[in-house]
Amino acid sequence: VFPWFGLDIGGTLVKLVYFEPKDITAEEEEEEVENLKSIRKYLTSNVAYGSTGIRDVHLELRDLTLCGRKGNLHFIRFPTHDMPAFIQMGSEKHFSSLHTTLCATGGGAYKFEQDFRTMGDLELCKLDELDCLIKGVLYIDSVGFNGHSECYYFENPTDAERCQKLPFNLENPYPLLLVNIGSGVSILAVYSKENYKRVTGTSLGGGTFFGLCCLLTGCSTFEEALEMASQGDSTKVDKLVRDIYGGDYERFGLPGWAVASSFGNMMSKEKRESVSKEDLARATLITITNNIGSIARMCALNENINRVVFVGNFLRINTISMRLLAYALDYWSKGQLKALFLEHEGYFGAVGALLELLDSA
Amino acid sequence: GGSLTKLAYYSTVQHKVARVRSFDHSGKDIENEPLYEISVQEEITARLHFIKFENTYIETCLDFIKDHLVNTETKVIKATGGGAYKFKDLIEKKLGLKVDKEDVMTCLIKGCNFVLRNIPHEVFAYQKDSDTEFRFQTNHPNIFPYLLVNIGSGVSIVKVETEDKFEWIGGSSIGGGTFWGLGALLTKTKKFDELLQLASKGQHTNVDMLVKDVYGGAYQTLGLSGNLIASSFGKSTTADKEFSKEDMAKSLLHMISNDIGQLACLYAKLHNLDKIYFGGFFIRGHPVTMRTITYSINFFSKGEVQALFLRHEGYLGAIGAFLKGAEQDNPNQYSWGENYAGSSGLMSTSPDVYPMQRTRSGTFDMLEMDRLERPLVNLPLLKDPSTYIPDTVDLTDDAMARKYWLTCFEEALDGVAKRAAASQPDSVDAQERAEKFRQKYWNKLQTLRQQPFAYGTLTVRSLLDTREHCLNEFNFPDPYSKVKQKENGIALKCFQSVIESLDSLGWEERQFALVKGLLAGNVFDWGAKAVSDVLESEPQFGFEEAKSKLQERPWLEDSYSQWLQRLKEGPPHKCALIFADNSGIDIILGVFPFVRELLSRGTEVILACNSGPALNDVTYSESLIVTERIAAMDPVIHSALRDEKLLLVQTGSSSPCLDLRGGLWGLGRARQRQTDLVVIEGMGRAIHTNYYAALRCESLKLAVIKNSWLADRLGGKIFSVIFKYEVPCK
Repeated sequence: VFPWFGLDIGGTLVKLVYFEPKDITAEEEEEEVENLKSIRKYLTSNVAYGSTGIRDVHLELRDLTLCGRKGNLHFIRFPTHDMPAFIQMGSEKHFSSLHTTLCATGGGAYKFEQDFRTMGDLELCKLDELDCLIKGVLYIDSVGFNGHSECYYFENPTDAERCQKLPFNLENPYPLLLVNIGSGVSILAVYSKENYKRVTGTSLGGGTFFGLCCLLTGCSTFEEALEMASQGDSTKVDKLVRDIYGGDYERFGLPGWAVASSFGNMMSKEKRESVSKEDLARATLITITNNIGSIARMCALNENINRVVFVGNFLRINTISMRLLAYALDYWSKGQLKALFLEHEGYFGAVGALLELLDSA
Repeated sequence: GGSLTKLAYYSTVQHKVARVRSFDHSGKDIENEPLYEISVQEEITARLHFIKFENTYIETCLDFIKDHLVNTETKVIKATGGGAYKFKDLIEKKLGLKVDKEDVMTCLIKGCNFVLRNIPHEVFAYQKDSDTEFRFQTNHPNIFPYLLVNIGSGVSIVKVETEDKFEWIGGSSIGGGTFWGLGALLTKTKKFDELLQLASKGQHTNVDMLVKDVYGGAYQTLGLSGNLIASSFGKSTTADKEFSKEDMAKSLLHMISNDIGQLACLYAKLHNLDKIYFGGFFIRGHPVTMRTITYSINFFSKGEVQALFLRHEGYLGAIGAFLKGAEQDNPNQYSWGENYAGSSGLMSTSPDVYPMQRTRSGTFDMLEMDRLERPLVNLPLLKDPSTYIPDTVDLTDDAMARKYWLTCFEEALDGVAKRAAASQPDSVDAQERAEKFRQKYWNKLQTLRQQPFAYGTLTVRSLLDTREHCLNEFNFPDPYSKVKQKENGIALKCFQSVIESLDSLGWEERQFALVKGLLAGNVFDWGAKAVSDVLESEPQFGFEEAKSKLQERPWLEDSYSQWLQRLKEGPPHKCALIFADNSGIDIILGVFPFVRELLSRGTEVILACNSGPALNDVTYSESLIVTERIAAMDPVIHSALRDEKLLLVQTGSSSPCLDLRGGLWGLGRARQRQTDLVVIEGMGRAIHTNYYAALRCESLKLAVIKNSWLADRLGGKIFSVIFKYEVPCK
């Protein structure tokens, strides 16, 4: 029964995937209730919903076959704090009259369960976050990205000139370390479709970057924070190895360019007064990214896994972090570890939720 | 360092020591002469000093060094740390010495190894919300390998495998500099200490996104703790809300501490290490950061790894630089002991927790270590040196006992000072020095009342040792020398009649009389106030009177029957090692008849006495004279001495208590003998320490409890008897 939705309600963002059937027969069209039609039209004819909802058109997967049906998969996101408005809209569009199951994952599936029930007259099917994530990753990678590879890596990450994004064949994915960077970070070791474990996590994630940027620069959106970061110089803010030792610290084999102390220069009043907001945003981004890279690398070593896949919305339009992660992993592991990325960054949980819906049907 | 200078230097200290020497008795009327001659001589010993002060006093410090620099061959001064560059010119100009800069991390690790090896209770774990914040660890005989996580402006993680082998295995740029720099940006608070203070008042939950913020109230169903931080600063992702400085500082502190803890655990796991020591300015005595790091390590290691801290962490670099400079003198060949009199101890520098101590310790802090003549060795008979804890009661833990003993030492102090002054009637300044001693020890006791953790685990032993160190500091090397001399003389005169009466008894009766004699002898303890009061007021109080004071059997701890059965049915022991306690009646009329009986059974005896004086405990040199005199009267002792069946050794200690782990160098000679019985006598050695000590061979611990509080605690009365005979389980 349509509609087919998958929902992932995170700490900061809600991710919604919607399967739009393109093989609807005239007969079906006839039978399709008005409410369902209106939802389909609303979602597929717009690219923005309200003031904050956005459809990532560039990620749309076309001519997909799911459960014998052909159609397109749409990727939509909006901030979690607009969740009440979303439920309200569902209620206004009489979503509950469709008698469908709404599969949801992420912490918000629990947090908003009661609101769905009372405001929207909807019963959520709550799904495990990590199950959905892995399911989603494996599925999307297997169907590919409209004929292109879903997975990619950066060749020559240590060389700014020659560094380029190249497709990666993830046909035999196991074992892999999956690092999901949302507001916080979860790190999973995946050994097979069913066999995985959460290795660790860190609270220093996308939320920390954005939260600190808001406090330090007064910015108000993630995009704004990234834009500022792209124009700043973190070496004015951070204390580098060469700032302390005048060059490389050979005793420990540390290169002069390595950051010795994040925000270390900010201990000095003069330097605090001479940095720009852009510099601060850049330093925040570099600090958080390096730290995630460092923890991921240690986990990979402890778990004896050499492929690390980074996903999550922190990486959306965030080439600086992706290239830095690729570089850091390569440099500090002396080429032993490979950083991989996926085009659909933050949507895998929602995709997994949709797949669970279809499996259960 | 950035704000503090740490200076390490070596000096020789001249101080008085008491010596005893036999008179030449030939042709003299020995009846009315004292047994031996006591003299006080000058001795020179080596001492290491470590001083810590704020950089603003560096010129004063350099003047001090200049005035005291005696070795004119010194051309170089070793320096390490950031300030080594900053003050290079000043130091070279003032002292006329060349500054030789040493690698920071090499010095740090050299220093770390040094304190781990030499200072008991150097290492502690931090416990939050506990009556005793600091939980000291017993020194493990093998200190390697370990992980040192130095949290300066950044974080360095170093794996130390041996004395000279260490490796930088990783680090993180998120460290103390991040807390300070980012904290200054966020809160407009400039000083590190003030930031910590802000953090200790804040609520991080206003700034951090917690698991329960993401999951709503339903996190319980997932088995997650709702209070875990899901995203640091995850709630400040908005431009239109103000956050308090305190809350932001707290959130930042948690973020950084958790991150460091997590990385440290990952590195520890990868390298299979379970000892992690934390240091650096982020940690240095700050309870706030020790608490968050401890929490983090516990969380990320699931309780498998403990965060450990060092009492002298702030000195490591200076100690290391010093050791570098002293390499040709090979300081590691010696053992060093912390001098409690000259060390200021661990002070909590948290402004909130101990405001008073802070003003006292903020600018000036010191550590002194005395060089011990020979390396200390463990008693090989210890069952497990790595788990052996000499002290019976941990006074840091036991607040009631702590209060009692501190008061007890306070009340006894006037008497000790008086006796010290009286022991040097010919010295013009004895009164003045005795008063200085009284004041110094009084201050130590007051510090310990407020900060029982200042010198590691507080024990009756450490209180006694501190008193001995303070007495020595003011040149009272042996306040009881005359008392001991007199009592030894008196007791010797009774020796033969005691032996005669023992010999007249049947075998079984005699065994009991010997044990009773040992116990009665042990009543004569000037360290126990209940006894010293009696001895002062009743000069006639003697051996028989002491026997009558003893508790009747069954004793408070009584395994006499097993002991008797062992003597009756088992083969004679091959060799007995006896740790003696007091001079006079104790050693001469209690211990020696017992020794004589053992020798007669064919058991060899090693009699171990203190190297230096403590209270009226018999010293090694006194024991030599006493033994010689007894040998002159008694053929059994005489031949045993001649045939080396009776051996006198020194323990290396000057403490009324006994640490079987460090010391006992005199036993080197005795090691070849197959010791199968250890006898430990007296409150200090068998109750305050070693009561629970497990040995590889049979042991006998006996003492008379001469303190009513302690007796009460053990469920007995004053003059209750402890007779503990133990056989190790096979």
